[in-house]
Amino acid sequence: MARTSVKFDQITPSEFFYRNRDLAGFSNPAKALYTATRELVENSLDACESSGILPKINVRLIPILDEETKTDPRNYLLRVIDNGPGIDSKQAPYAFGRVFYGSKYSLRQARGMFGMGGTMAVLYGQITTSKPVSLITSTNGKDFYKFSLLIDIQNNSPIVVAKDVIKYDGSSGTSIEIKLEGDALRSSSKLREYFRQTALVTPYAEISFLDPHGRFWFYSQSTNKMPNPPGETKPHPHGFDFEAMRRLVGSSDDSTLQKLLMNNFHRVGQATALNFSKFVGIDPNLNPKDLSNSEIVNIVDYFHKFNSFLPPDSNCLSPLGSDILNAGILNELNPEFSTITIRPPSAYSGFPFIVEVGLAYGGKVSRDGISLFRFANRIPLLYDEGSDVAWQVVKEIIDRKNYKIPENAPLAIITHLCSTKIPYKTVGKEFIGERPEIERELKNGVREVMRQLRIYLSRKGSAEAVKRKQDIYLKYLPLIAEFSKELSGAKKLPKYESLMKQYSNQDESNEEDKLNV
Amino acid sequence: MSKKTKNARSIKQSEIEKTLKELGKNIYDALDSSQFPHIEIPSRSVKNIIYDKETKQYILGDNMVNRSTSNIKHIRPFAQLTWLAFFANQLINSSKSSTLRDVYYSSQAYSVEYDDQPQSDSIITDLEAATSFAREQFNIYPEERSAIFGDLNIEYTVPGYEGKKLNLSSHPDGYLIGPSLSSAEFIDTSAEMVIAIEKGGLFNRFVEEKVHSRFKSIIVDTAGQAPRATRYMLRRLHRELNLPVYIMTDGDVYGEHIAMVIVSGSAGAAHLRDLTVPSAKWLGIWGSDIAKYKLPTIPLTEIDIKRLHELKRDPRYSKGVWNKELDVFLKIKQKCELEAFTKYGLTAIVDKYLPEKLEMAKSM
Repeated sequence: MARTSVKFDQITPSEFFYRNRDLAGFSNPAKALYTATRELVENSLDACESSGILPKINVRLIPILDEETKTDPRNYLLRVIDNGPGIDSKQAPYAFGRVFYGSKYSLRQARGMFGMGGTMAVLYGQITTSKPVSLITSTNGKDFYKFSLLIDIQNNSPIVVAKDVIKYDGSSGTSIEIKLEGDALRSSSKLREYFRQTALVTPYAEISFLDPHGRFWFYSQSTNKMPNPPGETKPHPHGFDFEAMRRLVGSSDDSTLQKLLMNNFHRVGQATALNFSKFVGIDPNLNPKDLSNSEIVNIVDYFHKFNSFLPPDSNCLSPLGSDILNAGILNELNPEFSTITIRPPSAYSGFPFIVEVGLAYGGKVSRDGISLFRFANRIPLLYDEGSDVAWQVVKEIIDRKNYKIPENAPLAIITHLCSTKIPYKTVGKEFIGERPEIERELKNGVREVMRQLRIYLSRKGSAEAVKRKQDIYLKYLPLIAEFSKELSGAKKLPKYESLMKQYSNQDESNEEDKLNV
Repeated sequence: MSKKTKNARSIKQSEIEKTLKELGKNIYDALDSSQFPHIEIPSRSVKNIIYDKETKQYILGDNMVNRSTSNIKHIRPFAQLTWLAFFANQLINSSKSSTLRDVYYSSQAYSVEYDDQPQSDSIITDLEAATSFAREQFNIYPEERSAIFGDLNIEYTVPGYEGKKLNLSSHPDGYLIGPSLSSAEFIDTSAEMVIAIEKGGLFNRFVEEKVHSRFKSIIVDTAGQAPRATRYMLRRLHRELNLPVYIMTDGDVYGEHIAMVIVSGSAGAAHLRDLTVPSAKWLGIWGSDIAKYKLPTIPLTEIDIKRLHELKRDPRYSKGVWNKELDVFLKIKQKCELEAFTKYGLTAIVDKYLPEKLEMAKSM
């Protein structure tokens, strides 16, 4: 979301970040280690996915050599290697050496919110250790460009400390290595949980992680299906604000208001642009440069009041789909039963979104009780579960008695929200705020998977009941035959074999009788 | 039971065997013709236990429970009941007796498992209800034993002791009322009454103070709520020897009920007759005796009061001394034990209280 950072172009974005690093999740060494790791991993995943490459990501987090004997917080070396498309050698220093913003008004479902996640990690490393970042990247698998970079914070530009080209026969990809202060003791459990949940939501990736304690975690690739890469889209008028509009008007080359609306907004055609202009009461042929401030305010105001805008198109979204999500659930949670439901696309404030809900029941689903795994644009949300809208929904809907779920049976709910904009409540990307539209889809999704579970349980229950009946009859009918033979003084056992065969039918009629009572 | 005990007993014995055999045959025939066997048992649910004014006891109504093997929930108890009938038949044929506990354990040898002893006991009660015979008639007895003492000559009928005679005043601790005594024949007695007493301690005092000769009586220790074998014995003493039965209990709601159960049976055994002595008299300790004899007392607990109110709703307590004394207990909110008479000396209960109450009982 470029416009958030555009606001601050009076100081450079990197300077802004330097002053406000708390906002982006670098508030203390433990949080910083976690955030830096996930930003780099998410960068790599985004890069692979956008090129249709099944991701293979290797993460290594170790204390730097002379810090091994120190206690946390201390300096760490974080290296993330991917098999992505690589970065063009001319762009590479900028990709990590400048707090970067992409095309101004396009929207896209992406993991990162600011389009500069990796750079923040680099910047944080530089602030805490004064060490340059080491970047190796290749787009063709033959020429590997190696950079040693620092960021000039005041000018928001990379300083290339050293550059080298290595010839090698391999494949494309990027390796980034930063040194940063961190606290592994206080972040390692979150990191492990992050990798586990990431593996759950990206089963098409192979992820390996060497943690600071020397333990190696491997998450295998369990499907070779990948979701379609998300497309780019223009903003929908419903989600546009005054500041963005002011900038658009200022920078636009469009000669008329009608053209400005048609060229820069999602699903606004000639007729809609014309109708809207009439609705606001501004001449559609007016040159946007001549719009007054109050007219711009009016336009944005009417963006929200005008009901004839077409709803946002969800084609640009990239949900995981049942197969991929289910593969992740089976692989990571190993449940007895799982089910997925994908809600139809919907929109809030002009942003399209799709809710996917998965359910895993029994088997090796850990923890007793309900666990909730929340994802937004394929990133796991690990903090502030209680404040998240998904948790409110799960708490409200799941009544074990209603769905006939055994007490304490392991149950996991997986929610995935994909959207061009995730309505995080805070900047930290940790929990999703209440939006009635999203809440409704979450509710419907959770209800649907719970219904599926109830159906599964009742089928399983009746199958077990039949088996139990068979066992009881097989055990007791012969005993009754034997005792009655002894008691009546008969010489042979009664001929009751046909009863043994017919009992199941007899049972069912009995069960029905009971229901009628 | 008639006076021709022996004859009646053997008739009864063959009747029991015949009933059990029929039960087995019905099940066998059903199975043999590919039908799910079922059995009808009088319902023992609270709704079906009714008070019979004529016999002045609780009896079962006409509601029947159909226990069918076609019902998954019934098949296990059905197997248990069939096994029990088979087991009881074996006991009778081999003239062996067994305790309730024995039955519970024996079942395991035949892979008929019970969850616990009460479940086993409940199936035994089912068999009683289904056949109208008491478990004692299947030679199945509870652990609880009470005692009897007095000038009564009996003759054993149990195997190994047939024809052996005994006088029940030969041993000062009294004789256990067990299977062999229950099945023994009464020959003769010099006693003119039976005194049933709630407590072993007082039973011993009565023996020491020669109540049996001073009052020409047979003394029975009911050991609390009288077991069925004891009630059966009291009934036989009354019916076969024409002896009046008097009952002495603690002066509280539970004592009063011990007396009532001897007189009119318990709701738990509503499926059985032949266990009551309707003409038996409760001598005391009455609530009104507490003031009359200035006995030391204990205050009633809330549970006591709750129980008193329960009995007030029981039709058997609706009139006479039964009703009057419940009211007295409720009014004075005190109770007392038989031992309270010790305040006036160890023998006061025998020297003073017993004769006075026996005299009073004549007019009841």
